[in-house]
Amino acid sequence: MEKRVTFNERWLPYLLVAPQILITLIFFFWPSGEMIWQSLILEDAFGGNTRFVWFDNFIHLFNDPAYFASARLTLVFSALVAAVGLAISLLLAVMADRVIRGATVYKAFLVWPYAVAPAVAAVLWGFLFNPSVGIVAWLLQGIGIEFNFVSNGNQAFLLIVIAAVWNQLSYNFLFFLAGLQSIPRSLIEAAAIDGAGPAKRFWDIIFPLLSPTGFFLLVVNIIYAFFGTFGIVDALTKGGPAKATEILVFKVVNDGFRGQDLGGSSAQSAILMVVVILLTVVQFRFIERRVHY
Amino acid sequence: MVENRPFLTVLSHLVVILGVLVIAFPVWMTFVASTHDQQTMLRAPIPLLPGPHLIDNYMRVLTEGFGTKFGDNPLARTLFNSLVMALGVAIGKIAISIIAAFAIVYFRFPLRLTFFWAIFVTLMLPVEVRIVPTYGVVANLGMLDSYGGLIIPVIASATATFLFRQFFLSVPDELTEAARVDGASPMRFFWDILLPMSRTSIAALFVIQFIYGWNQYLWPLLITTKESFYTVVMAVSRQANVVDATPSWNLLMAMAMLAMLPPVAVVIFMQRQFVRGLVETEK
Repeated sequence: MEKRVTFNERWLPYLLVAPQILITLIFFFWPSGEMIWQSLILEDAFGGNTRFVWFDNFIHLFNDPAYFASARLTLVFSALVAAVGLAISLLLAVMADRVIRGATVYKAFLVWPYAVAPAVAAVLWGFLFNPSVGIVAWLLQGIGIEFNFVSNGNQAFLLIVIAAVWNQLSYNFLFFLAGLQSIPRSLIEAAAIDGAGPAKRFWDIIFPLLSPTGFFLLVVNIIYAFFGTFGIVDALTKGGPAKATEILVFKVVNDGFRGQDLGGSSAQSAILMVVVILLTVVQFRFIERRVHY
Repeated sequence: MVENRPFLTVLSHLVVILGVLVIAFPVWMTFVASTHDQQTMLRAPIPLLPGPHLIDNYMRVLTEGFGTKFGDNPLARTLFNSLVMALGVAIGKIAISIIAAFAIVYFRFPLRLTFFWAIFVTLMLPVEVRIVPTYGVVANLGMLDSYGGLIIPVIASATATFLFRQFFLSVPDELTEAARVDGASPMRFFWDILLPMSRTSIAALFVIQFIYGWNQYLWPLLITTKESFYTVVMAVSRQANVVDATPSWNLLMAMAMLAMLPPVAVVIFMQRQFVRGLVETEK
């Protein structure tokens, strides 16, 4: 889409785009280029000698079982976060949409978790499940479940899933509610007159009409689980115990900064970049066909 | 609703109320913990209702900081840093994006599309992924431990530019024509017509970006080494990692409450703009 009427100025437009372009060049293209360069070279510990090694860093990475473990963990993590998050928020949105009188009030009570930083959300959940003072851990102990996410890897993983779902819930809820409210009432009324009960109406009318929103949210949630959850892992488990919660984005930062493995970390970044590009393309292709609300 | 089914209506209310309670529970417990003294918070079960130490705990955290390692750094300073970062990110993003979008929509010039795509591809690489080289660049420029280093690298983003571009494209051409006929310069058109018309978009974007800036974690964690530049989110996380050694849960939870309060207040009081911003930045 283009404007028919424009201004004629020679230098002004360059001046106007300059701040954003400069910042993008310095803080986006320069580091990104450096990252790709570093993924192809090998640097000795003192940064003196560098050698161009083509794809050695990638080959090294693909032969590293720890990398595969982390990749698998990330896939399970993002699938769980997306599935559980979407299911709960869809349920809440459908129920809130049913009760017309309460919907706006409930919305006010459900939107705020979005504003809580992932790292702070992690601290809140870590407190609830803390082995020595956490109220939920204490209750679980009361029914015979020993919950200690500091030493038990599966429980630590469960906890980061819970914190991530909680943090993203309001986002999903808002989009589902908007999607539900854009479905024409006449369709649902017509189905009701034809004798379709609430469950049938949901599965045969509401659910299919909501699927674009659902698909969009699925992509957003996967992107969130892949890249937005660093704070949760870092504040809650630091990837532990025994790497049970070391998802890819945490591993990139950890290997690059704490492990000083620049080549390996850059190769991981490059792979993640491909993942984001694919997800963004999927998201954009889809948005073209998306219903506007 | 389409038909009257009292049972389903009651069930709907129950499900949503249960959801609200479960979602609010962690914050309630955080609030409760921040109102007790250290002794009460040392052994399970911890109380479920607020205690009498609310003012003590918050004053102590705000003025003295936290524990021994945090001792000389009151949280008031840390909160101020977060505020500077959140405002800087929100205002900076809006400012550079709106003028870039203005140039791209209202002018025809060589390299226009190149610039557009250069901005577009920044969507492809979240800061978490290119963090190590970006850190290197910022260190080379001598921007570690500075507000500039906290703010500027995170304000380049495509979403805001797209939002304004989308909005400008929907502004009727007649307005531009009228302005040109009256002899208004492009900048005058921008200030007197376009900017006032963009108010609602700016407000929506401001809410989203304020939260984004306030909640930044990894970036401040990496580039600040002096406590005087710490932001509150990273301060909470750092303290949470030592809380089992020096168990002052009451103070940690007071810090967490203070870290949540500003962005949550923004969402609650500017809910309309918030929802609008969320939906629009995803277009």
